[in-house]
Amino acid sequence: MTEVTYAYGVARDADGTLSEALAGVAGVAGAPVRLVRAERRGDVVVAAGSVPAEDFDEDALRGHLEDLDWLEAVARAHHRVIERLADRTTVLPLRLATVYLNDDRVRAMLGARLEVFARRLSELDGLLEWGVKIYVDTAAAEAEPGGGPAEPFAGSGRDYLRRRRAVRNARDDAFRGAEEAAERVVAAARGSAVERAQHRPQEGALAGGTGQNVVNDAYLVPVRRAEQFRSEVERAADGLPGIRVEVTGPWAPYSFTAAPEAAARGSGP
Amino acid sequence: MNEPVARRLGDLPSRASPYSQGGSTTNLADILERVLDKGIIIAGDIRINLLDIELLTIKLRLIVASVDKAKEMGIDWWEHDPSLSSHATDGYRSLTEENKRLRAELEELRGGAELPAAERPERRGRTADRARERDRPRRREPAEDRPRHREDREP
Repeated sequence: MTEVTYAYGVARDADGTLSEALAGVAGVAGAPVRLVRAERRGDVVVAAGSVPAEDFDEDALRGHLEDLDWLEAVARAHHRVIERLADRTTVLPLRLATVYLNDDRVRAMLGARLEVFARRLSELDGLLEWGVKIYVDTAAAEAEPGGGPAEPFAGSGRDYLRRRRAVRNARDDAFRGAEEAAERVVAAARGSAVERAQHRPQEGALAGGTGQNVVNDAYLVPVRRAEQFRSEVERAADGLPGIRVEVTGPWAPYSFTAAPEAAARGSGP
Repeated sequence: MNEPVARRLGDLPSRASPYSQGGSTTNLADILERVLDKGIIIAGDIRINLLDIELLTIKLRLIVASVDKAKEMGIDWWEHDPSLSSHATDGYRSLTEENKRLRAELEELRGGAELPAAERPERRGRTADRARERDRPRRREPAEDRPRHREDREP
């Protein structure tokens, strides 16, 4: 069976012991994970594994990516490897399904980008990513004003309109509450976080849960301030009916792999 | 220095506890938005059409694990879409047709110069990769409007 090389991420292996962390980890396609090193510098490595070529050629990938079961398995395996690395060192995750013909091709890619990777790894050293999502539970907010189940045909037309207005006001209040919560999160971040990335609000419910996701951000926070940030953010919805704040993480710095000043830095000679 | 992150999650993330009080959740949506949408983009030897990935993330946001939940939230456009109706029962599992249609619409928009031309990973060098990384948010915006557009058309 022909195999190709799946690259998970770039990591710092300062003392050469990172491969221990990967022992026994099942990566994509259940394959073990190894480290590919550049020729001229051994402390920046790419975590990689062998995957069947037939599942990872262009046509196969196009089909597989439409299959949520396949996608979930690969995404979780990819994430598992990244997490394992992040437990030990600083890691720059590569995007899902970054695939090379063989390890030599990975080595060439690493060699060509070594300085950029090394610089970003240094910048991210000691920083954690936290996800912060704010939800508005409009159903809960709407249920409150009437106090009890709605009776759509009871009372006069004026009663009906009054109820409608109460519901609308409750909705408005809920969204104002979300703004308030978002401001509190930003205030907490001002004291703790060094970067923010905005994700699109999650629609639908892959995650389950109730309410409408209105804010979906990621913050890069120094390890020493991580718990303070988390507890402040978790209190951001206190006293705000219908608002829920969810903190996820710590994550490897998925959302911060590119330096924010990359645009200003220029491309060099 | 590289002190280990005190993680509370096990090696096998589970979608069973999306709101764990332990501070860590690894629900599929959170993982997918990171592994598909974030992370360094480098064109490997096996090319994936970036547009396909963008469309995929759009669809994953809209077409959810629980079709009932989606309907509750008013997201049920696939039921009215002839190209998808045959798949309505299994939801999102097969969306190649939809992919094609959305891609055609995007190409049409590009014709009107509203969107930057599709980028060709095979011609890109190191500098270009970095350029793409910072271009990503801007490039995504037009695509992001697609699903809304669809919903607006609903009867």
